[in-house]
Amino acid sequence: MDFSPSEEQRLLIEMARRFVEEELYPHERTVEETDEVPVEVAERIKQKSRELGLYAAAMPEELGGGGLDTLSMTMLDRELGRASYALHYTVYRPSNILQACVGEQREKYLLPCIRGEKVDCLAMTEPGAGSDVRGMNCRAVRDGDDFVINGTKHFISHADWADFVILMAATGEEDGPRGPRKKITTFLIDKGWPGFTIRPGYKNVSMRGYHNFILEFDDCRVPASQVLGEVDKGFDVANDWLGATRLQVAGTCLGRCDRALELATQWAVDRKQFGQPIGKFQGVSFKLADMALRLRQAELVTYEAAWKHDQGTMTDSDAAMAKLAATEALAFIADEAIQIHGGMGLMNELPLEMIWRDARLERIWEGTSEIQRHIISRGLLRPLGG
Amino acid sequence: MKVLVPVKRVVDYNVKIRVKADGSGVETANVKMSMNPFDEIAVEQAVRLKEAGAAEEVVAVSIGPQQAQETIRTALAMGADRGIHIKHDGEVEPLAVAKLLKAVVEKEGPELVLTGKQAIDDDCNQTGQMLAALLGWAQGTFASKLEIADGGAKVTREVDGGLETIQLKLPAIVSVDLRLNEPRYASLPNIMKAKKKPIDAHEPADFGVDPTPRLKTVKVSEPPPRQGGIKVESVDELVEKLKTEAKVI
Repeated sequence: MDFSPSEEQRLLIEMARRFVEEELYPHERTVEETDEVPVEVAERIKQKSRELGLYAAAMPEELGGGGLDTLSMTMLDRELGRASYALHYTVYRPSNILQACVGEQREKYLLPCIRGEKVDCLAMTEPGAGSDVRGMNCRAVRDGDDFVINGTKHFISHADWADFVILMAATGEEDGPRGPRKKITTFLIDKGWPGFTIRPGYKNVSMRGYHNFILEFDDCRVPASQVLGEVDKGFDVANDWLGATRLQVAGTCLGRCDRALELATQWAVDRKQFGQPIGKFQGVSFKLADMALRLRQAELVTYEAAWKHDQGTMTDSDAAMAKLAATEALAFIADEAIQIHGGMGLMNELPLEMIWRDARLERIWEGTSEIQRHIISRGLLRPLGG
Repeated sequence: MKVLVPVKRVVDYNVKIRVKADGSGVETANVKMSMNPFDEIAVEQAVRLKEAGAAEEVVAVSIGPQQAQETIRTALAMGADRGIHIKHDGEVEPLAVAKLLKAVVEKEGPELVLTGKQAIDDDCNQTGQMLAALLGWAQGTFASKLEIADGGAKVTREVDGGLETIQLKLPAIVSVDLRLNEPRYASLPNIMKAKKKPIDAHEPADFGVDPTPRLKTVKVSEPPPRQGGIKVESVDELVEKLKTEAKVI
């Protein structure tokens, strides 16, 4: 087994690291304090990331994207993930699911996103349908050539930056292996469409500057040409394209683990108490050893899942393990990094309090830790009839 | 015009240097290595010359272990067209490097060699000058500005007390200083392109050069740790200490 990064990956990591240090870090404090990414900062980051080919880096080359494989993209996410999430996300990547666009949809949605002219957002979650995605109440009813959509979505990230929404709505019911279940259809809906309104969501502790919104559909009538993929097959479309999103979360978390561990290690060398650097005390040094080990474990599980994704052999369980390992490693490492720093760790002079706050969300979105454990255990039990 | 840019693999400028326990050198195992920052500036300048139409081809050359190819690949990702790697595992001194570069110059026929003014590991600041002497070419060192026009190179040099501008006949060696430019990031498309660019592999013997060091390193040691300051009682005492202890007056 060869675990060393390729020449291209090494160069990509070096370039991305420099980009993060020069273009993202300097704006972190502003974003944390104002809960906004200033427009001019967002524009500069967007322009710079497009020049460097970091924008839409995972989209295929023939569509104008960067053509990165999943493993390289995960490594890129690790570097970008070091910075504040709002700034990280300014280096936008179109949702993978847009590759399901066909015909005019490609010209109208997919390609403009890759060129940096449009931004998408994805609307799945509802107040009554979180982990239980199929429990959604937002429904689309066929009416001639149109669908009429009614319902509410919430926790919809960056709907303010988006030009259109990729919406999942229930379009009926079918008999599944474990009883009746809802059929889901995916739609592309432009902002400003009659019957579709967006309002600000909730203030929250994590990801300052990266906002969530509430989307409301009130007799919103859209033509059938706005369906992404096939009618009633929205879950299949999601499964085909959204598995890699868990790897994106895992990659991002690895980057923040790196940063927290680096800060804690440096502090353990520089900070002196009782006449010696605190890293000389086993109480601190063993923490560092455990942090480094947790990071290495998460890294290996994540990179292996990404590598398998590139080979076409990644299972749901692989992606779930990566997401679970990396998000929980981050929670541990962020917390211990603050413990090593003592009071200073909580002050906003250092990025640790940001990393610690943001880490809390990672164990919840893109499937909670419990859902990931469910997926992993299901993969063990089902083949045995359990 | 063809431009040759020698690039050296050195310990990254961000790394805190540690001296080996036996005092034979500095620790390079498990240490991040990068292209010498002055060489990055030279590569950037060469690529700019190409983009401006003043140069047709940029060739990056490195002398060092197998991993020196990584340094060449970095230059290719910045925009150099191809690379030459002369593999040598041990230490190489500036004179040996200059002799090898002379052989490469004779083979490649560049009209301009752009070097970093010095490498940040040994700080020798000799290779460019030695190469100019061996080739009998004009040289402009510590360039903070470079213009190619009318078959010559106008070089603005950073010298003690100001700037000096000189006109060189081509072919010439120009060693570059910090303020010449700000090296670019290698973009993702260029990183992908770099993969396909060729690197020719050679050994010193191919050029009839013996790189065995002529100098012997006696000892490498850490600089003494900085001491805290002291307060003096009077100007007389200060003058006395400056004379007898600091020995600066």
